[in-house]
Amino acid sequence: MKLGKFKLKHYINYIVIGIITAIFSGIVLTGGRLDNSTLFLLEKVAISIILAVSLSLVVGFLGELSLGHAGFMCVGAYLGGKVAALLQPTLGNGPLAFLIALVVGCGAAAICGIIIGIPALRLRGDYLAIVTLAFGEIVKSLFQNTSDETFGGSLGLPTPRYDKNYLFIFAFILVLVTLAVVQNLMRSKHGRAITAIRDNEIAARATGVNVTKYKLLAFTLSAAFAGIAGVLYSYSNYTVQSAKFGYNYSIEILVMVVLGGMGNINGSIVSAALITFLNTKLATVLTGDLAVLQNLFYALILIVIVIYNNAPALKGFRDKYNLGVLVAKLRKKAADPSHVTDDKAKWDVVPTKISMDEILSVDVLPQSGSDEEQNGGVK
Amino acid sequence: MAEYILETQNLGISFGGLKAAQDVNIRIKKNQIYGLIGPNGAGKTTIFNLLTCVYKPTTGTFYLAGEEMKGLSPDKINHKGIARTFQNIRLFNNMTVVRNVMVGLHYNPAYKCTVLESILRLPRHFKAEKAMRARAKELLRIFDLEEERNSLACNLPYGKQRKLEIARALATDPKLLLLDEPAAGMNPHETEDLAKTIRFIRDHFDMTILLIEHDMNFVSGLCDELTVLNFGTVLAQGDTKAVLEDPEVIKAYIGG
Repeated sequence: MKLGKFKLKHYINYIVIGIITAIFSGIVLTGGRLDNSTLFLLEKVAISIILAVSLSLVVGFLGELSLGHAGFMCVGAYLGGKVAALLQPTLGNGPLAFLIALVVGCGAAAICGIIIGIPALRLRGDYLAIVTLAFGEIVKSLFQNTSDETFGGSLGLPTPRYDKNYLFIFAFILVLVTLAVVQNLMRSKHGRAITAIRDNEIAARATGVNVTKYKLLAFTLSAAFAGIAGVLYSYSNYTVQSAKFGYNYSIEILVMVVLGGMGNINGSIVSAALITFLNTKLATVLTGDLAVLQNLFYALILIVIVIYNNAPALKGFRDKYNLGVLVAKLRKKAADPSHVTDDKAKWDVVPTKISMDEILSVDVLPQSGSDEEQNGGVK
Repeated sequence: MAEYILETQNLGISFGGLKAAQDVNIRIKKNQIYGLIGPNGAGKTTIFNLLTCVYKPTTGTFYLAGEEMKGLSPDKINHKGIARTFQNIRLFNNMTVVRNVMVGLHYNPAYKCTVLESILRLPRHFKAEKAMRARAKELLRIFDLEEERNSLACNLPYGKQRKLEIARALATDPKLLLLDEPAAGMNPHETEDLAKTIRFIRDHFDMTILLIEHDMNFVSGLCDELTVLNFGTVLAQGDTKAVLEDPEVIKAYIGG
């Protein structure tokens, strides 16, 4: 699949997202009608993809567990929403106001990212997870306890929903921007430095990688995009309520990243879209008395996916019928993922997935400073 | 002072009451292969950790080519020109061999390219990437690893992992290369091969090498000078032959 120097597989995700966006925008712009629930679903999918891709920068590539991603989104949503509400009398509800709100929300979230990034330089693994978790909860409570005039307090901040039908087009353009930034970063020397920190922080330091700089960079960028997702959220809804951005939402984003495969951007995109779709569909199908079953079905589906992906008993089945093999069969070519002929080809396979238990357990993480002294140092 | 590549002055560190290293004075001239030997727990790796600023010395200081290095961060030390390998290999296991070496080239000003340039895919990004890849392949060729450049580092056999670690350290373009037990776990044939490689590195890269080793044959054949450590202090120092014949050294090693 080579078109000169242009390799299709490197850009396949842009192309797929671009085509999907083009189809839906075509329908809307030529005067066709999409019902509100479809539009809303599209916006939600875009928001989820931005969140998942940005979180995968920290969890998948930097290898740090962050449980506060919804907190960054919350900052973006409130500040972006507030700015939009303030600008409405003067600038109306057009693209300019949207852009300003984006910049403010993104900037504020990025600053929070730096603030969280600083302890992240000293903490690892579970401890960092606790700090990020606390951050998310603090942000949530802060906004909950503001006065009604500032951020709406517990009632939520009323925001101007983008009145045109094409918010989702902006949302998907932002998805492409997020994708381009994260992907270009990871496919450069800087991305290599970030994965080096994940693989072996001590060796990365000894090889001259500025760990401080890259950890802060990853945290800040990830937070900035979460802020963008937040602004989109505030535009897509009539109110921003802090209760939405709790621990559960952070975990949901983490689930998207983990299910998609750690450090696998395309996987994150697919699983973000799928999970969002699933959640929304479950909420519309199971109404009334059956609404209590929503979470049950959601959990069951997640369990099935995890078992399907990881159970050793199903390995034979997976190897036979996975997407790569099927595509290769169509192209009548043997798929052999272990052998890569060109070193530029498989960039996204190279930062292989850290398995879930590895990320969630303490003992595999590199020793911290105090451990080193106890164990007699770096050997 | 600058006639020595590395000069330590009364370098020492204690962890609580334990003096892991004490008054260590080592002077290494340019292009020397210098050995650091001693029984287990003598403080050899501690010295390496001091020299790469993983630890802060409690006493003394050290100079690299006349410039004081004490108190820098490990990555700054590397930028100044000290590169190391580790006793238990520390590669970037989930990255390919060629990428491991490219991380070593990361800081080199010749391949400079800012984060923004990479994200926006400006010409300098492509130029830097291309040059880094070419340089990394060149280094891999020297260490006979070019064939394996696309396999994951963790899939390499042990001996090649050691070589890759040395290649990665050399990629940072150091003035002084620290090798922590490079021959550990190698058979005599591989050890011989390694000695050749180390000599080649010295000649080809114009390198000064400080190494920790237990294999006496290896050390006596390779090193120009030695320092013997025992319980964190210098037991003997000087010309390899003289040191190895020192009765104190023999006593420390064989006991009695």
